[in-house]
Amino acid sequence: MSLIVSSIGQGLLWALLGIGLFLTFRILNLADMTVEGTFPLGAAVAVAAISRGMAPWLATLLAVGAGMLAGLVTGLLYTKGKIPFLLAGILTMTAVYSVNLRILGKSNVSLLGKQTVFNSHFLTSLPQYFDSVVLGVIVVIVITLLTIFFLNTDYGQAFIATGDNPVMAKSLGIHTDQMVNAGLMISNGLVGLCGALIAQNNGYADINMGIGTVVIALASIIIGEVAFGELSLNQRLVAITLGSIIYRLILLVVLRLGFSANDLNLISSIVLAICMILPQLEYHLHLRRSFKKGLTQHD
Amino acid sequence: MTKAILELKNIHTVVNAGTSNQLEILRGINLKINAGDFITVVGTNGAGKSTLFNAIAGTQTIAAGHLLHNGQDITNTSEEERTKFLSRVFQDPKLGTAPRMTVAENLLLAEKRGSHRLLKPRHLKQAFASLQAQAAQMNNGLEKRMNTFVSGLSGGQRQALSFLMATLKRPDVLLLDEHTAALDPHTSQELLQATNERITKDHLTALMITHHLDDALKYGNRLLVLKDGQVVADFTGADKQALTVDDLYKFFDD
Repeated sequence: MSLIVSSIGQGLLWALLGIGLFLTFRILNLADMTVEGTFPLGAAVAVAAISRGMAPWLATLLAVGAGMLAGLVTGLLYTKGKIPFLLAGILTMTAVYSVNLRILGKSNVSLLGKQTVFNSHFLTSLPQYFDSVVLGVIVVIVITLLTIFFLNTDYGQAFIATGDNPVMAKSLGIHTDQMVNAGLMISNGLVGLCGALIAQNNGYADINMGIGTVVIALASIIIGEVAFGELSLNQRLVAITLGSIIYRLILLVVLRLGFSANDLNLISSIVLAICMILPQLEYHLHLRRSFKKGLTQHD
Repeated sequence: MTKAILELKNIHTVVNAGTSNQLEILRGINLKINAGDFITVVGTNGAGKSTLFNAIAGTQTIAAGHLLHNGQDITNTSEEERTKFLSRVFQDPKLGTAPRMTVAENLLLAEKRGSHRLLKPRHLKQAFASLQAQAAQMNNGLEKRMNTFVSGLSGGQRQALSFLMATLKRPDVLLLDEHTAALDPHTSQELLQATNERITKDHLTALMITHHLDDALKYGNRLLVLKDGQVVADFTGADKQALTVDDLYKFFDD
């Protein structure tokens, strides 16, 4: 039972990563590799700041800022430097690795005995693992609502249009480069926030904790899409969090089957690959159509 | 004499500048576009019709010459800046609309063409009725599909939407780049009719590229023939009305 609660808590916290990548991957139609560097960057900044005595919430906010900065770097490399997007992301990701080592000083820094956002009086009074569930729910709700608000502003609509049809967006006077930069900053800010929260929840920051984050984020997004089908944009944002929780539960089952934590990246990739192949399989085998046929009367 | 809303002075454009493939496309275009002009533009492939539009819209850099809007030099202003007074409809229905947004959302985006987009609620609900009334003017059922994603529209509806979006916020200059070429003959004629009605009724200033010489003669008050990057003929008023398809064919020979 406690393992399931723990998985739900993890799913909620990691959902921020999915929401962040959704903004670039699904809305801007850009595959942003920066997040593999931004996630540990958020963790490193938060842990380093907390270790030096900064208040956990402030340290978390600082991590968001660091993430946004990394996003801006990728954005400028792409929009101003005209570097192909995938490469721009990889460049920043690689550079940030060194920055992370500088910030942490060594490859793994523990928060043992330090205050974190999970140490508040209320959260520690909860049963084990419920702290991440409660904090996760609060943060996910706030971020989801903020994102929905953002996407429904004039600015947000221009942002969506930029990803949907950049030629049209420009012809309507939308500054598409600015939109891409803003999107990358918001997205990577969220990823930095996610890294900061995960590090505080785990009690440490590790230089290698970013490996596989793109796959994990995509898994949340795509599991949500495969599981819930046609949704409105607002509903899709909620589906990411549910997808993230489902993904954690799948991992739990897989670990129960006897795989070790070292196999997680292999398993993550397989889970994502299966989810991405499913629509193709469905198309070729007409699964849904034959299923519907079986349910409705023939005329 | 009426005042020129847009004036092109000896405009030149170059592709592949500085390489051995350097090629001059527009070679000294001089043109005064007056308020209320509805100009049809004809010419062979490669004559520079689309390049002319791109130079006016700002997607093609002007190598030499000057572009004036109401007397102000806008030769070096950005594409985004020019959308404040200029709008265009592309030949490809896919280029003018956002497929994963609804018809209403697309219209709302277009209503704010060229203006600053702020972090304030878009108020789609409040704008819905007036947008729907505008959509009804296209006479093709667009008003019944306000909440449909544009990817679900037919090519004709999609292009009618593109046209409506380009005129929703009144442009000083409207550029129509063969905007009915991708449609079947019937739908194409319908959209041309609607185009003509709207331009005439609202006294819009428009340039329309077409390969159909009949349409070039039938619509507008002025006709330009482009050849090798230059305006080789410019007919207005009665001169244009007296033109026949055979007259125009002479420009396409040799």
